[in-house]
Amino acid sequence: MTRTSFLKRDEAVGLAILALIIFVVFPVMLDDFRLNLFGKYLTYAFVAIGLVLCWGAGGILSLGQGVFFGLGGYCMAMFLKLEASTPEATAIQSTPGIPDFMDWNQITALPVWWQPFDSFALTLAAILVVPAAFAFVIGFAMFRRRVSGVYFAIITQAIAAIVTILIIGQQGYTGGVNGITDLRTLMGWDIRPDGAKTALYFVNGVLLFVCLLVAMAIRKSKFGRVLVAMRDAEDRVRFSGYDVASFKIFIFCVGAMMASVGGAMFTLQVGFMSPTIVGIVPSIEMVIFCAVGGRHSLMGAVYGALLVNWAKTTFSESFPDLWLFGLGALFIAVVMAFPNGLAGLYDDYVKPRLPMRRTAPATQPQPAE
Amino acid sequence: MQENHNFILAVEDLTVSFDGFKAVDGLSFYIEPNECRVIIGPNGAGKTTVLDLICGRTRATAGSIDFKGSELTRMREDQIVHAGVGRKFQTPSVYEDLSVFENLEISYPRGHTVLGALTFRRDAEVEARIRDIAETIFLGDMLQERAAILSHGQKQWLEIGMLLIQDPQLMMLDEPVAGMSVAERKKTAELLNRIIRDRAVIVIEHDMGFVADIATRVTVMHQGKRLSEGSMAHVQADPKVVEVYLGH
Repeated sequence: MTRTSFLKRDEAVGLAILALIIFVVFPVMLDDFRLNLFGKYLTYAFVAIGLVLCWGAGGILSLGQGVFFGLGGYCMAMFLKLEASTPEATAIQSTPGIPDFMDWNQITALPVWWQPFDSFALTLAAILVVPAAFAFVIGFAMFRRRVSGVYFAIITQAIAAIVTILIIGQQGYTGGVNGITDLRTLMGWDIRPDGAKTALYFVNGVLLFVCLLVAMAIRKSKFGRVLVAMRDAEDRVRFSGYDVASFKIFIFCVGAMMASVGGAMFTLQVGFMSPTIVGIVPSIEMVIFCAVGGRHSLMGAVYGALLVNWAKTTFSESFPDLWLFGLGALFIAVVMAFPNGLAGLYDDYVKPRLPMRRTAPATQPQPAE
Repeated sequence: MQENHNFILAVEDLTVSFDGFKAVDGLSFYIEPNECRVIIGPNGAGKTTVLDLICGRTRATAGSIDFKGSELTRMREDQIVHAGVGRKFQTPSVYEDLSVFENLEISYPRGHTVLGALTFRRDAEVEARIRDIAETIFLGDMLQERAAILSHGQKQWLEIGMLLIQDPQLMMLDEPVAGMSVAERKKTAELLNRIIRDRAVIVIEHDMGFVADIATRVTVMHQGKRLSEGSMAHVQADPKVVEVYLGH
């Protein structure tokens, strides 16, 4: 028998179908405006994939993923804002060359912690390092003390609230409740025209697939199995010689980094970043995307993010007042009726009827030699 | 204090109190290499707490636990495991969502760090060892089954197998035959007799026939203290033991 290949056949087929939808079907079927909208939906899929790893595989439910999404988004927005705030463009300000909201708040020099965001390389590094470092601090404080389950969820939610308040309160440094707006170019390339948005959609899609493959690799490694084992019997893992906390910290950091990449792509495609995307409600919505897609399924998470966001746009355009109730009802329905989400429905009802799977289960992956 | 380097485990003046209640109270005992020590005693005597203390699940209030020169009371659970102490829980504790093979693989003593687990490769050596252990625990033909479908007794065996694959020098088993059928109990006794040979073992058990079968020495606990210690015949003849435990 050949060495077990990285992907099983149905996984490869699943990835191919998803690639077809994202890279062919959407661009062909949707106009520029809708395609940009779907690109925005897909940025939430990054968060959902991270949640499948943390929550689905590891049992760590974070209700504060919006914070990491926001960190990535703000890092990117700070870079774009600095680029847009050239001394020429801001000549009418009392202090030209700094972002406009700083000038409105009587700040006369660029704060030190904004300065690294002059460099695109440092910004890209920050998009990965800042959320990972923040997740590490939270994870270290929580998991070393054996905080888990609902307590962890509540604390992460509180962190989402705190970060939102902090961003709003520090208006001169963060743009406050308006966020960072009026973003124009990325290294001289105007990101506002339709053509640029389409290009960013594809960049977003490629990055999403990179995240998917990384997540798959983690789940297929022994690390992934240890995560599942921790969910089933944490003490047994601990007394089999594993430092459980370091495993949880690691996967929480990975989830945070993925959310952050999604946030950065959100800023690029939507053209602003604001605290409304960081807080409690968006953080909970992110969990719902993951739950609807199926919290054990990486690809389910992508479909969940697409579907719920599409429903949100559609329904909130027609019934803006009812949408939140609809979302709540959807979450309850998922938890009560189909806890494994869309992926669970697929596994239970669709997969058994597919003819091509006849031969697959007979040969279990057994690397012989 | 007894100075004797032959002991693999020396527990001295071990005390733990939960809100003033002393679950273990000034307990001392010594285990020799290759000894099978059985701890018996009435419910609430503190037997399981002693195992919890040794494996680091509960922190001692006072006293010391010396394992081959390392002080276990100050070590983290996973460090204690790597020092060579394995623990089986009273209720079978296996990973239900994983296969028997994967359950054993996780306990295989390699790739226990984050990086190690990410880069772990299932090579021929790992496979051979897992198959070998699976045969020993009567699960050789169930390697690909999910652990959730195993019977209670099979789960107990699987957990014993998970200990065995770590090859600990001190193995602690909490009521390994509890809840088993007569046939399973007999097989388990056989299994234990085979695997306790090359290591020190501490067993908690209520089944006196089973105890007589495997014990080198017996420690009787009562209200967190040591009531009696010695050979099976010795403790059975001890009037204090008869009064609090065996008598009724």
